[in-house]
Amino acid sequence: MNKITNNKAWFLVLPVFFIVAISAIIPLMTVVNYSVQDIFDPQTRFFVGTEWFEQVLGDRRLHDALIRQIVYTMSVLLIEVPLGIAVALTLPRKGWGVSASMVLLALPLLIPWNVVGTIWQIFGRADIGLGGYVINMLGIDYNYSQNPMDAWVTVLVMDVWHWTSLIVLLCYAGLRSIPDAYYQAAKIDGASNWAVFRFIQLPKMQSVLVIGVLLRFMDSFMIYTEPFVLTGGGPGTATTFLSQFLVTIAVGQFDLGPAAAFSLIYFLIILLVCWVFYTVVMNAGKREEQ
Amino acid sequence: MTLTLENITKTVGGETHIDDVSMTLEPGSFNVLLGRTLAGKTSLMRMMAGLEPPTSGRILVNDADVTGMAVQKRNVAMVYQQFINYPSMNVYDNIASPLKLQGVDKAEIEKRVRETAELMHIEHLLDRLPQELSGGQQQRTAMARAMVKDCTLLLLDEPLVNLDYKLREELREEIPNLLAKRDTIVVYATTEPMEALLLGGKCAVMHEGRVTQFGPTTEVYHNPAYVETGLIFSDPPINLLKAEVRDGALYLASGHQVSLSGHLADLGNGNYTVGVRANHLSVEQENAQCVAMQGQVELAEITGSETFVHVHFNDVSWVIQEEGVHNPRLGEATTFYLDPNRLFAYDADDRLVAAPPSEIQNGKAA
Repeated sequence: MNKITNNKAWFLVLPVFFIVAISAIIPLMTVVNYSVQDIFDPQTRFFVGTEWFEQVLGDRRLHDALIRQIVYTMSVLLIEVPLGIAVALTLPRKGWGVSASMVLLALPLLIPWNVVGTIWQIFGRADIGLGGYVINMLGIDYNYSQNPMDAWVTVLVMDVWHWTSLIVLLCYAGLRSIPDAYYQAAKIDGASNWAVFRFIQLPKMQSVLVIGVLLRFMDSFMIYTEPFVLTGGGPGTATTFLSQFLVTIAVGQFDLGPAAAFSLIYFLIILLVCWVFYTVVMNAGKREEQ
Repeated sequence: MTLTLENITKTVGGETHIDDVSMTLEPGSFNVLLGRTLAGKTSLMRMMAGLEPPTSGRILVNDADVTGMAVQKRNVAMVYQQFINYPSMNVYDNIASPLKLQGVDKAEIEKRVRETAELMHIEHLLDRLPQELSGGQQQRTAMARAMVKDCTLLLLDEPLVNLDYKLREELREEIPNLLAKRDTIVVYATTEPMEALLLGGKCAVMHEGRVTQFGPTTEVYHNPAYVETGLIFSDPPINLLKAEVRDGALYLASGHQVSLSGHLADLGNGNYTVGVRANHLSVEQENAQCVAMQGQVELAEITGSETFVHVHFNDVSWVIQEEGVHNPRLGEATTFYLDPNRLFAYDADDRLVAAPPSEIQNGKAA
């Protein structure tokens, strides 16, 4: 079989190749470079093989941070997804209320991470913060800078406040795309509200929900700014998630070797999760098409 | 049951959607609602079903007032233009869903679902999800769901519009047979005159929220009571021309003169609008009474076995339906023949005053 070859294609791919190389491959290779060597200065370097990886993987602090991270991300999803669906279901379907609620819901999404952190840091303070003051007045001893649980809950509430809107907006878009005839048909059948939700609204929201869960998973798995602003990962290590831990090694202790090894492991975890979700999304999409 | 609508009016935000509709639907009858988009067909059906209440007027079932009764208590079923099925249930569960909600026992559900599925030719698809079906199969499932529960009123709102041509023809032929043996009142909304004729039964022509005519479908077709009815119930819309009767003859706005004989004999002096269907015009002179008319060819649409030639004269456009495939040159002058025996005459208020006898309308030549 004679294949027609046209080398012009290589030329056309070149710009993309350069951009990807500069933006992703070369920086990543630098990290790989650090992860397998012990570097003192540009002239003094030793190849150490997998030593940094072994050291990092055996580090109890990493295990703790990973568990903390998984519990945190799961909590975020378990709260934000049902809450987002519930809010989306109660939003008005027409009238002036639609634009009003859209603007209100979009507001938290427009605020930068560190500003959100600062807002809640001040809001939660027992002495000058409204939230912290009121909670303490109610007789609950709340102090995020000393009580690990309080700090943890504060970071979680912050995320819920910041990102539930995203799930709401996605679900609302999904709900709006359901033709009115579905609701009429269910009404004619005499279906209950629960049956309408279970058999019409939920299946019709499935694809947007998968995207919403994917986005919230990745984003909360990489959380850094909010705990950094609030307590810098403390008190103790209560809010030291994977990103905090990485920065502590890399910038705090300047252990670039272990930090690079850890970066790669972190990257692989997120890549794996993304791949799993991507497969799920694609399968869901395929079922939709048929 | 008999469904009676009494002076039904529906206004939404100051706009009249349905304007004083009264009609009686007999038990077991097949009723076609024919009208253009936005004529109010869907609104009327929604009120028949009880999905929304009329602004004024009453709805009676066997002389009992059901105007305010909720749709769940009325035993109606509806099939929509979109293919509406529960997305996460398979075909079997979809068809079974109305019976489950009624609390029918399991063995009975199984029996009726399989019967209905067989009737709709989807018995081999019972395990599939709606997304895994073709459009035609999805609509068959939706129809099976509507038919399985022995409702007293079955509403079909342009159910075939979203299907492709072939599937549409197939289902269109089946529908009257599927519903023939039942005691259900069927109401079928459509925009297509051909579909109304094929389905038969009775036909209600709707225009701007009013039912302008209601009667046996062929009778309505042969005697469209208003100019609008003629336009709605002809495909292509009926050709119209202003005319005047004076000195014992009918003068068309195009300058042609027609003698007042046959069904036109009783027309008194005054202004009229005359109408003639595209298939009643011819490019050949079929009899001595035919009036030769001239026009410019604007467009020729060729379908499988017929050509629709659009001609322009005296500021009007007419469509002539010709047998066979023709390719007239655009802009060319052409002569066609109008048979006065086939003219509909409408008075100054657009009411029908003379229609050709149905034998003449059916036959090709007078």
